[in-house]
Amino acid sequence: MKRTDKYQRYQRQILLKEFGTAGQEKLSVARILVVGAGGLGCPALQYLAAAGVGTIGIVDFDVIDVSNLPRQILYTEEDIGKPKAETAAKKLKSLNPGIEIKTYNIKLDNQNAIEIIPGYDIVIDGSDNFSTRYLINDACVLCNKPLVYGAVLRFEGQVGVFNLTTEQTKTKTNYRDLFPEPPDPSSTLSCSEAGVLGVLPGIIGILQATETIKIITGIGKPLADSIISFNALNNQFYECSIPASVDSHRQMPKNIKEFLKFNYEWFCGASSVNNEISVQEFDALRSAGKITIIDVREQGELPEVNEFLFIHIPLSRFKESVAEISTKNKIVVFCQSGIRSRQAVKILNEVSGEYDAYSLKGGIIEWKELQENISV
Amino acid sequence: MIIKINLLFFGQAADITGKASWNFSGITNTLELNEKLIENFPGLQTIKYSIAVNRKIVRENTILNNEDTVAILPPFSGG
Repeated sequence: MKRTDKYQRYQRQILLKEFGTAGQEKLSVARILVVGAGGLGCPALQYLAAAGVGTIGIVDFDVIDVSNLPRQILYTEEDIGKPKAETAAKKLKSLNPGIEIKTYNIKLDNQNAIEIIPGYDIVIDGSDNFSTRYLINDACVLCNKPLVYGAVLRFEGQVGVFNLTTEQTKTKTNYRDLFPEPPDPSSTLSCSEAGVLGVLPGIIGILQATETIKIITGIGKPLADSIISFNALNNQFYECSIPASVDSHRQMPKNIKEFLKFNYEWFCGASSVNNEISVQEFDALRSAGKITIIDVREQGELPEVNEFLFIHIPLSRFKESVAEISTKNKIVVFCQSGIRSRQAVKILNEVSGEYDAYSLKGGIIEWKELQENISV
Repeated sequence: MIIKINLLFFGQAADITGKASWNFSGITNTLELNEKLIENFPGLQTIKYSIAVNRKIVRENTILNNEDTVAILPPFSGG
């Protein structure tokens, strides 16, 4: 596009003295990644493309469903069944042919997140589930990218900016400072279960686009280290600040290597995963062979176990020692009563999604009782 | 003087309590607040939430003063 055309197109925002041609130039070289081209992603994408953001990446593996149309306003009835990422790209391209759009018709996972995110300046979270939200957050922390967060439910929405240092805030906070641990999946509701008013993601998605433009151009005070909660029913905006907390980061992967192994779906749905086996199942597994057994009791705890071979790694130093465990076998962890072994299985699954680990229910005490009953 | 605490409920906390706002008196810190919340609204036990005192997220037990506003913020993930 010629310089004069460009000026005409963006004239209204260039007129703003805080923005000017310098602001427009910053937008035109900016690279923004939008994860999720749904209720939040659609309005954010539309405004960012219209404003002249130079490169926009869209990650979405889903296809358009009729139930998306009341809020995912880039799509029309003819688009039902088509992939969201490519359909959104086509619409945005016709809205503004002067920008570049990259599509990723994939489900974001640890591996591709760490490949895609470094190529962008800012990431917008328009996802619809906790495991993706924690994944995006941790990837942005490790890749050192600002994250513009948004979430909606029913008549409420939240927006915030994480992992951004500004003149006002010297520290960087992230999603885990707001919510250190994901909720139990059985206690939370998604929009498909609880509903959402169609305009709500519109409002929040546009706030996300606004914050993104502010960060790129350096205008105003971005919502760093804080969130705004909006309630459409009573028109209230509630802002609160989020202090950084070392405690909140304890469960966060410390480096890319740890990140690549972190199992987000497990982290967010731990309680719904059945990872306990009974003493009877344990015996069946032992006789079938090919299992690795770990005792996580501390040194010298009774009863002693001589009936089968096992590795001894006390829970107190389990996390540090996990790396030593390299096995493709099923892992059965035991302790006295089955409580510490559950924690150990949780640690194993957090460290790597590849372990097939189970906790012995009732612990070694119950197993010993079973042996006595059998021998009697 | 008995101190009064103003409460704001968000997301599922508003659903469970059936209220957007409420107030408690006679409590002095956020630990006591949590106990009193669960005593009055047992359903809150089933969800996770963060607490903000006077518009700032707090993690540790925090002293509450008269007319402080405490927000109960559960996470939600819709997009």
